[in-house]
Amino acid sequence: MASPVEQFRIQELVPLKLSENIDISLTNSALMMVIGVFVALLFFWIATARRTVVPGRLQSCAEILYEFIANMIRDNVGKEGMRYFPYVFTLFVFVFLGNFIGMVPYSFTYTSHIVVTGALALTVFAVVTVIGFARHGAGYLRMFFPKGAPIATAPILIPIELISYLSRPFSLAVRLFANMTVGHIMLKVLAGFVVSLGALGAASWGLGYLGAFAAFSMVAGITVLEFFIAALQAYVFTILTCIYLNDAINMH
Amino acid sequence: MEAMDLKAIGAGLAAIGMIGAGIGVGNIWASLIATVGRNPAAKSSVELYGWIGFAVTEAIALFALVVALIVLFG
Repeated sequence: MASPVEQFRIQELVPLKLSENIDISLTNSALMMVIGVFVALLFFWIATARRTVVPGRLQSCAEILYEFIANMIRDNVGKEGMRYFPYVFTLFVFVFLGNFIGMVPYSFTYTSHIVVTGALALTVFAVVTVIGFARHGAGYLRMFFPKGAPIATAPILIPIELISYLSRPFSLAVRLFANMTVGHIMLKVLAGFVVSLGALGAASWGLGYLGAFAAFSMVAGITVLEFFIAALQAYVFTILTCIYLNDAINMH
Repeated sequence: MEAMDLKAIGAGLAAIGMIGAGIGVGNIWASLIATVGRNPAAKSSVELYGWIGFAVTEAIALFALVVALIVLFG
């Protein structure tokens, strides 16, 4: 049987090598990203093609999604944060679709690769740091030393705050990637139990069938859990982006 | 012992780190339930922090998992 990490293998679909070190082949990961972007484009295009004052079903979905992110930014960043709404909204839709496309059997979860989540997280980190320095100048360095703390604690506090600031992109990337990877490995391992216990069925007076049924129920339950996790991780990724934006815009 | 056996032991040891995250996540939900039990009106404002706290604490368990995977396959 294939190993549980087999499903994360990247395959070249259209080989395209510019030179020895530059490889821009279309892989299954890239294809899924393109599909994700097209699904988002198509959805918002169709949903907002015929706009009415009383929204129809599709338009309501788009409006609910818009309001959800807009409220998240208003609550966590404030009015000024709405300037960055397009970025946050794009992030949410991209991660959300990545997680959900991955739940389709035989597809590929692009958010289960740390290259993808790492790039997203590093972009968030760069954007937030640039906004912070652009708005506050050198004053942004006060981030690393809380107001009102005695000056004697500086040698301890500053390194701690610096490390916690620099570890943000790392934890943001690893959280999303690990959640997706673990979920899919777990599903694969449990599905493997169904096959191997079912094969033992006749030889063990039906006990194997019982075990296979139990494993199959587990797979069904965990699939539901994975759908929940997929939505939750997209939400967590965006809300942490909002919280970092808030730190940069209204310094604490 | 073969290298593969030692790798399996190492991965198992790395997974011990998840104990801390388990305690942490349990703490978050316990205090969230206690809060909502005492003051049901606070549910909507507290729930959000519960999920954020859960995600941040869970990340620690995932770091342990990443270490285990690196030990196994790296």
